Amino acid sequence: MTLEQFVPFVPEIALAVAALAVLLAGIPMGRKAPRALALLSVAAMAVSAILVVLYATPSAGPEVILGGMLSVDGFGVFFKLLFLLAGAITLLMGVGYVVRAGYGYGEFASLVLFATVGMMVMASGANLASLYVGLELMALSVYILVGYFKLEVKSNEGAVKYFVLGALSSAILLYGISLVYGGLGTLELGAIRDALAAGSPSGRVVGLGIVLVSFGMLFKVAAVPFHVWTPDAYEGAPTPITAFISVAPKAAAFAMFLRLFLGAFRPAIGQWHGVLWVAAAATMIYGNLAALTQDNVKRMLAYSSIAHAGYALLGIVAANAMGAWSLLLYMLIYTFMNLGAFGFVALLESRGYAGELVTDYAGLAKRAPAAAAGMLILMLALAGIPPTGGFMGKLYVFSAAVQAGYVWLVVIAVIMSAVSLYYYFRIVVQMYLHDGDGSELAALVRDRWLEIGIAACVVVVLILGVWPAPALGWAQAGLAALGF
Amino acid sequence: MDFLVQNFAVLLFSLLAVLTVAGAIGVVTLKNPVHSAISLLGTFVMVAALFVLKHAEFLGAVQLLVYAGGILVLFLFVIMLVNVRKLRPESAFLSNLAPAAVAVGTLFGVMVALVMVLSRLAGPGADPTALRTVEGQVLGNTEAVGWVLYRTYLVPFEVVSVILLVAMIGAIVFGRRQASLEREEEGGQG
Repeated sequence: MTLEQFVPFVPEIALAVAALAVLLAGIPMGRKAPRALALLSVAAMAVSAILVVLYATPSAGPEVILGGMLSVDGFGVFFKLLFLLAGAITLLMGVGYVVRAGYGYGEFASLVLFATVGMMVMASGANLASLYVGLELMALSVYILVGYFKLEVKSNEGAVKYFVLGALSSAILLYGISLVYGGLGTLELGAIRDALAAGSPSGRVVGLGIVLVSFGMLFKVAAVPFHVWTPDAYEGAPTPITAFISVAPKAAAFAMFLRLFLGAFRPAIGQWHGVLWVAAAATMIYGNLAALTQDNVKRMLAYSSIAHAGYALLGIVAANAMGAWSLLLYMLIYTFMNLGAFGFVALLESRGYAGELVTDYAGLAKRAPAAAAGMLILMLALAGIPPTGGFMGKLYVFSAAVQAGYVWLVVIAVIMSAVSLYYYFRIVVQMYLHDGDGSELAALVRDRWLEIGIAACVVVVLILGVWPAPALGWAQAGLAALGF
Repeated sequence: MDFLVQNFAVLLFSLLAVLTVAGAIGVVTLKNPVHSAISLLGTFVMVAALFVLKHAEFLGAVQLLVYAGGILVLFLFVIMLVNVRKLRPESAFLSNLAPAAVAVGTLFGVMVALVMVLSRLAGPGADPTALRTVEGQVLGNTEAVGWVLYRTYLVPFEVVSVILLVAMIGAIVFGRRQASLEREEEGGQG
């Protein structure tokens, strides 16, 4: 191991150092100058993104560094830039929200940065050990952020449920990893893949291990039947954090999912594809049906994000090259759709969780036409209607599944997308067709930074809908890492 | 006498294993929490001895230092600071544990079965020097652990240190009193 091998790891190191600096700077600035602190944190994210482009981009094919712990490849670059973007938008959207609620911003920003470091390790891990510690770093930071509003009972409840069930899922994942290690004698993804392709002597034990790992990963992406923590954690968390955990950790979990199941475990596809298509079908059906009856917008979007995890799982079930790159593209588009949608909830929210009910959106088109138009675009995108990015994401994932022969699974997905129109349009109908009675309307918060963050999301969702070619190219550049 | 000499390792292992389990049973059956903690100490020490017996001297030493030395003292502090006797009587805790006990027992059985299967697959007895061989050289166990930890597993090791830091930040975030918030709480929502 030489010093040069650390060069591609510099973005993570720089971001961790920045997180420490923000933590220290937060002591004087967390309350007095939170906006300056937010700019500092976003600048750190930007620097890390530049370092990723400069130093973590592979010159040729995927390269394994630092004792086989990390892989330098286009796949990692794609996800790292995605996490940094999502983190930066969260930091911008969160600053006003956290300050209005009366909490300090220093630890908030530093924990978002630490979570991003963990996700970046997850995106480039080439060894089960590094993948797992990256996952834990992300998860622990996020548990704290969910419970960050410590005097709100809902925030406490969400954090405790998320933590207890998250720890359980980590234990299941770790048990699966230990069985894979016990059966194959290695933690390196490349070696696991070779051993599985050669046909290992202890197939049963490894198979059980792979199934347990898939349970752990399904938990982290909030797929049915491992989704029970999602609505409570999403509802209780401070809304910018709900936006963050519904996109970045989910994308990170999918990155790890891809590296494990389409990278390392693909030769043993017979062991796991049954688990995953059942989970995908159940997730799409349950997520959409449960969202129908929700009156709280945060809970509704939580179930909607469960449903989206189901659509995204189709990319892994398909297990072909198109499934892999379409999942990357889906995660990119989904990140902006969901960040924007939860951003709107934050915009309507005043202290004490007002503005969370569907009826709070009544007459929004008259009070705030621009905001209502933005929300309309995001709802169309989440439902998957052209010309928004949501349509492109679904189109490619569904095509990949059809290509792999899962036609009836795609039929379910399409039917469920139609069902989802109902609950997304409940908000639209409230905004455009109802007047509300005027008295208890939640007032829109004046928060310039939050508005900028949402506007950026809306614009990106529209651009990706009409011109997805560049993003598609970035997604396809990551395929070599998975051995396609 | 010959029997004792020939089977010394097996007998020693059996003795330590029985004492480990006995200590663990003591932890959950003794009424006085301080006695439970002392019983836990016994278990920790016996596990450390088992590690040494299996040529993992470094793990044995760490087990003594961290668990017996650090964590147990922390337990004792908590027991003495919190007046445990004032807590609910234990019957209230134990009344609805039967289904959970059955579930955990079943899971434990499955795990034991798996370990049996795995150990059969592992083939003949492991090499006693395996845990202290570095790049073909036989060194001390501590050296071997350090070699692996600070070279091959350097990245996970560093990330784990960040995880511990995040855990500390979390403890402070939740544990700290925030005067500004509490004043608002009294006047506002209540």
